[in-house]
Amino acid sequence: MNAFLNWIEARIPMMRVANMHAIQYPAPKNMNFWYVFGFLATIVLVNQIVTGIWLTMNFEPSAERAFASVEYIMREVDYGWLIRYMHSTGASAFFVVVYMHMFRGMIYGSYQKPRELLWIFGMLIYLALMAEAFMGYVLPWGQMSYWGAQVIVSLFGAIPVIGPDLVIWIQGDYVISGATLNRFFALHVIALPLVIVILVFLHIIALHEVGSNNPDGVNIKHKKGSLAEEDKTKYEIHEYYTSKYDIADDIVPFFPHIVLKDLVAFSIFLFVFCYILFFAPEMGGKFLEHPNFEIANPLKTPEHIFPVWYFTPFYAILKAVPDKLFGVLTMFAAIGVLFALPWVDRSNVRSWRYRSGLHKVNLIVFAIVFVFLGYLGGTPQENWKIISSQIATIMYFAFFVALFLYSKSERTKPVPARISK
Amino acid sequence: MKKWLALLLFVPSVTFAAGSNYPLDSVDIDLKDKPSLQNGAKIFMNYCLGCHQMQYQRYQRTFNDLGIPEELGEEYLQFTGEKVSDYITTPMPGEDAAKWFGGPPPDLTLVARVRGPEWLYTYLRTFYVDEDKKFGVNNLVFPDVGMPHVLEPLQGTPRKVYKEIMVDGKMTKSEVFTVESDGNGALSPEEYDDAMRDLVNYLEYSGEPSRLESESIGRGALIFIVIFFVFALLLKKEYWRDVK
Repeated sequence: MNAFLNWIEARIPMMRVANMHAIQYPAPKNMNFWYVFGFLATIVLVNQIVTGIWLTMNFEPSAERAFASVEYIMREVDYGWLIRYMHSTGASAFFVVVYMHMFRGMIYGSYQKPRELLWIFGMLIYLALMAEAFMGYVLPWGQMSYWGAQVIVSLFGAIPVIGPDLVIWIQGDYVISGATLNRFFALHVIALPLVIVILVFLHIIALHEVGSNNPDGVNIKHKKGSLAEEDKTKYEIHEYYTSKYDIADDIVPFFPHIVLKDLVAFSIFLFVFCYILFFAPEMGGKFLEHPNFEIANPLKTPEHIFPVWYFTPFYAILKAVPDKLFGVLTMFAAIGVLFALPWVDRSNVRSWRYRSGLHKVNLIVFAIVFVFLGYLGGTPQENWKIISSQIATIMYFAFFVALFLYSKSERTKPVPARISK
Repeated sequence: MKKWLALLLFVPSVTFAAGSNYPLDSVDIDLKDKPSLQNGAKIFMNYCLGCHQMQYQRYQRTFNDLGIPEELGEEYLQFTGEKVSDYITTPMPGEDAAKWFGGPPPDLTLVARVRGPEWLYTYLRTFYVDEDKKFGVNNLVFPDVGMPHVLEPLQGTPRKVYKEIMVDGKMTKSEVFTVESDGNGALSPEEYDDAMRDLVNYLEYSGEPSRLESESIGRGALIFIVIFFVFALLLKKEYWRDVK
């Protein structure tokens, strides 16, 4: 057996990669509950890919058959309803864990030097995920699929000069039609998943190059020769890390310590996930919107058109601006400004534990504003909501402006040299 | 085109479909109540299927789930000579339907998931005579509804009843009203309510036939996860005991 493994190892570095990136990867020992969402996102990604493969076996991407084929899966394919609900619940779960993962990065300053590219890759995953989710929602060809696509695709029509032609080019038709459905299917099942998997790979490679951040924002890798022998970790860590740095006694190996911790978090996550999956897959119309159980009808506009909950903060920002082109620009700016976060924040202190009270308030207000925008964008329009969404939009951007202004000369607390025991 | 899209984009809550704020009655849905589901299926096949389809659902699956022997189902619930393995479709041609109603009557397989059982229960019980309308009836939760009151033989002729309220010391007709039957139907008001509850129960079933199976697997899955959680937690604690 050993000889066989050695034969393989000499030809492809299986154990080396496994040791370097999983088994002997040094992870800070103070990682808390906020640090499980990356692992959970990976699990959900696998769930989406596997259930997605099975769904394509019976789904028919045409305007005539899409809706009926989904009901065929729900009623006549063995456990088709289970696979479909795993996929639809998984889509929402993906955004839940990704939003938590991103907020973790914000409160502990995980985007700061040297993790700027790591953050950028993460943002690209988020962008690809939004495109993936949007196109996936079109596929069941219900009323919200159709009219949601109509609204989102028409956004591109706001672009000066090329806008109207661009919309036709995206739709593949003069209106949203079977041609649109077909190309969205191709992008949803092949192009974007491929992009997402590659980006996730790059995200993890970049993470392992710079190392995981932690709730204290303290470095665990120290200059070679700067640590006394008793301050170095006793665990077996891959030489890729130990040859370049002294690894402090502040870490645990990824396996089994972090894996076991993630497993506990995973079982809690799975409990909630399965509860929704088996008992409330529509989640009160938030995960699967009620009008989407009616087949797409181009002649009948639904009473209200909402995107699914994970898009509603940006939808509220879009609607807050009275001008269409400016609204679209503002919405994209709201996403774009997140890309710039590593340079907007000019502080050298990562974790909010050691930063000013102002920063903590700013972060919490930002989170509340984001959730509030989500509420505004996902409920029927009322007069008070127009002004509210305008104020909330300003507050959304104010977070970044304020951060840029105060972070340069912020009153921070001294950061300990080592993770406290 | 551009203007129209802009309108669509920025005023997405403009009400196109007929809406109503009539308060909805709650309804006791019980997917385990087989007699209720069977009665609902009977009413559906006799009164609704003439125009509305249930095209995503097969007779056979329905009979099996509802505990109706296939031979009995074929004999008493199938009227147009389809096989028991066929989908529940209407014999009414779509072109005629468009001529008669202005469009084909909507498929009802998933109607409970679109409207919700409370809406359906209230809708089925709030038709009223309105001679100004094409079919001589209107509806409290679906104003200007485009179908006749096909359940009139059961309910009797329903008429609007205004509630009298005191305004400035005088009794006047309130805008708020309900409907009451003339009593010329086959069922009493209570029996009609029960029958409509059975029909809505059946529609709720047809919206998601896997509901009961889902919940029974779900209970097992949740119990398994709790046990898994305990072992995962103990194992994690064991490995982390030495980490300070």
